[in-house]
Order: sequence, then C-alpha cells, then structure tokens
Amino acid sequence: MSLDFTQITSSIPYILQGIGVTLKIVGIAALIGFFLGTLLAICKIGKVKALAWLADIYTSIFRGTPLILQLLLIYYGVPQLFGIQVEAYIAAILAFGLNSGAYISEIIRAGILAVDRGQLEASMALGIPYGKMMKDIILPQAVKNILPALVNEFITLTKESAIVTVIGIMDIMRRSYIVGGNTYRYFESLIFAGFVYYIMVVVLTMLGKLIEKRMSRSD
Amino acid sequence: MIKIQDLHKSFGKTEVLKGISTTMNKGETIAIIGPSGSGKSTFLRCINLLETPTNGQIWVGDQEVTNPKTDISKVRERVGMVFQSFNLFPHKTVLDNITYAPITVKGMAKKEAEDIGRELLKKVGLADKEQASPKRLSGGQKQRVAIARALAMSPEMMLFDEPTSALDPEMVKEVLEVIKSLAKSGMTMAIVTHEMGFAREVADRVLFLDGGKLIEDAPPAEFFSSPKSQRARDFLEKIL
Repeated sequence: MSLDFTQITSSIPYILQGIGVTLKIVGIAALIGFFLGTLLAICKIGKVKALAWLADIYTSIFRGTPLILQLLLIYYGVPQLFGIQVEAYIAAILAFGLNSGAYISEIIRAGILAVDRGQLEASMALGIPYGKMMKDIILPQAVKNILPALVNEFITLTKESAIVTVIGIMDIMRRSYIVGGNTYRYFESLIFAGFVYYIMVVVLTMLGKLIEKRMSRSD
Repeated sequence: MIKIQDLHKSFGKTEVLKGISTTMNKGETIAIIGPSGSGKSTFLRCINLLETPTNGQIWVGDQEVTNPKTDISKVRERVGMVFQSFNLFPHKTVLDNITYAPITVKGMAKKEAEDIGRELLKKVGLADKEQASPKRLSGGQKQRVAIARALAMSPEMMLFDEPTSALDPEMVKEVLEVIKSLAKSGMTMAIVTHEMGFAREVADRVLFLDGGKLIEDAPPAEFFSSPKSQRARDFLEKIL
C-alpha cells in the first residue's frame, strides 16, 4: 500500500476543469446571497413588523435545515410541484444563494446595528431619505466592519459547494470521485481535490485581506 | 419661527418633558440650560422630530411638525442640527460631508454644492481641509465641519445640542467663535449648552429647564443676575 500520484496525473486536467464549475456556482450564489441578505437585513431592522417577521422566518428555516436537504428539495421537489425540470446548475445556484442569503442577512444586520446611531440621526437631521441614507451612509460603514465575517461566509460557501456532487454536477469533487473510480486510486484523487479546494480558499482569504487593507487605507 | 405648545415626552414610564410651551422668534439666539436630566436635549430633539413627542404641538414656520401628515424631511431641510458627537460621515471627505445632502436632498448640481461647501469651509476656517478625512481632524475642527455641513442646506434655523461638551477645553473657543459669528449674522438658533459665559454673551433669551419643565424664560442679563426661581438660584450657585 503506497501513495502514487503518478497514477492520476493524466486525469489532473480533467479534475481541474471542475474549478470553473465550482467557481460559477459559488460566484453567482454569493452575489444572490449578498443582495438577498442585504434586503433581508433591511427588513429585519425596518419599521414594518410584517416584513421583519417574514425575514426572521426565512432565516430560521434556511438556517434550521441541512443545506443538502434544501438542494435536493429544489432539484427534485420543484419538478414534482410545478412540472418543470430544474437544471442541476440552477438548482445548485438557487439553493446556495437562498441559503447564504439567510446567513449573510444576520451578518449585515449586526453590521448595520454596529454603526453609530449618530450617523442615522445626522442623516435624518439633514433630511436624507431612508433609502439613500442606507445606501450611501449606513451600508458602506457596515460592510467595512463585517468584511471578515463576509469573507468567512464565502469561504464556507466555496467548500460546501462540494455537495452539489449529489445532484450530478461535474464539480471538482465529483470529477475526483470519478477519477478515483476509474483508476482505483480514490485516496490520491480525493487528496488532490482537497488540495484544490484549499488553494481556492487560500486565494479567497488573501483577496479578503487585500480588500480589507484597501478599505482601511481610505481612513 | 417656532411655536411649541404643551410639549410632553415620555420614555416608557419616565416623563422627561412635562408640558413645555414657548416660542422662538426669527433671528433670536436662545440658550437652553439646566441640570443634566432636565430634558433640555430631548426638548431640542423634539423640534426636528428626532424624538417623537408624546403630546403637544410644534410648529416650524407654518408647518406643524407634530401633524402626522407633515413631510418631516421637508421640515428637517429647513432646520439644521449640530450634535455633541459631531456625527460626521467617516467614509467621506470633509467636502463630501458638506455637499452630500445639498446634492442628494435638494438636487443641487455638484459644482454649485462644492462652491458653497468651499465658501462655508472658508467661513469656519478650514479651507485647507476639504480633501481631508474627518478621522484626521481634531474635535474642534470636526465640529466646525459639522456646522458647515448643516449650513450647506441653507436652513432657516439651527439647533445645537451641547456643541462643545465633547471637546477638549482648548478647542471650545474656536467652535464658540463660529457659533457667535452665526448669531451675529442673524441666524435663528437654539443652543443647549453648559457654557454659561457664552450663553450670557451671545443669547437673546435663556430658557432654564428643570425636571422637564420650563422654569424661567428671561434675557441673560436678568436671568444670571437675578433669577426668579429658587431652582435657578440653586443651579447657578452650583456652577458659577
């Protein structure tokens, strides 16, 4: 019994093609999650009780059930309910976007509440409308404070995306698994997949640090 | 300019303002003084509805602030406010702090807003700081920018909520000078302050609040030399 990576060398390009697949899902899901999270956060801190309540229920459900269950429900449940076939890609992007929206909404809510109340009062006293105040005054300050937490959420998203393999998407994970099956070298191909994920996370972390640095330089 | 009738404000079960009525005339500078907890800041903050009165009426000009149908943003455009803690927008430059509201709220052209902003910065003695970040300013400089920011909306009236209380002693004067020159220019102003010398020198009237009630309303010369009420006498004895 020995580790022999040469057995999978010829399949490495095949596995690496999964990076694009993973990035596509994670990238779009992160965008959806961020916008949905912002919207939910604004509902939660807003004056309209019904909206705050809805946003809380939403968060509670998406945080309170396994992500893989949500993914399977969207992939298999939507066709059954509405009679339309959902592409695996779309199901994955939806599941991850909707799910991370719940988490990100809590991050942003905390970020908004951490902004000094004086900012709100100064804006009100100047007659600045609520929407513009949120967009130009409060959120830019909130996002700066929560950047580390956001990067953390995107890292989680990148790693968790591996579960899309269960609905047959050819991401890094599934490709390594297939290579493992073809070569009987599961250990090597899975280790390689782990290496790829790790590098992606490291790059994401560095990017986060870079943005953080740039933002604090503007101080 | 301002008419206030039987103003009440409670926070939960605590009644902070217990029925205050007064008027403020155009061009007047009014100092609002009193012990801490007397409700003077709350009183000021009711005028532009940063606090919602529990009861009573407030008019700014012919607009009734306390009428739910009044568009409060329109009132706030006419009433500038300066806070104890400055509340500058930390992620914007000094000039952007000043031009943001005129551009966003009044729809002013950027160029015009910047011209006005630079003019105001010159007026408060900070012409060289327009591109600085507020974080790099001293407390006194921050407060002068905050005054310029409020003035950029060309308000008809200014509210000052303890504008020098968060400042180091050596910076109090530079801020008071700006406020003083504003008073001379005929701006209508209400100032909550602990600076008795300043109140005596600049104010046309002194309102003395205690326990949520308006105890005295008199010209400063009269108030400081011969206060009518025992409570005002006790207060002045403690601080002067």
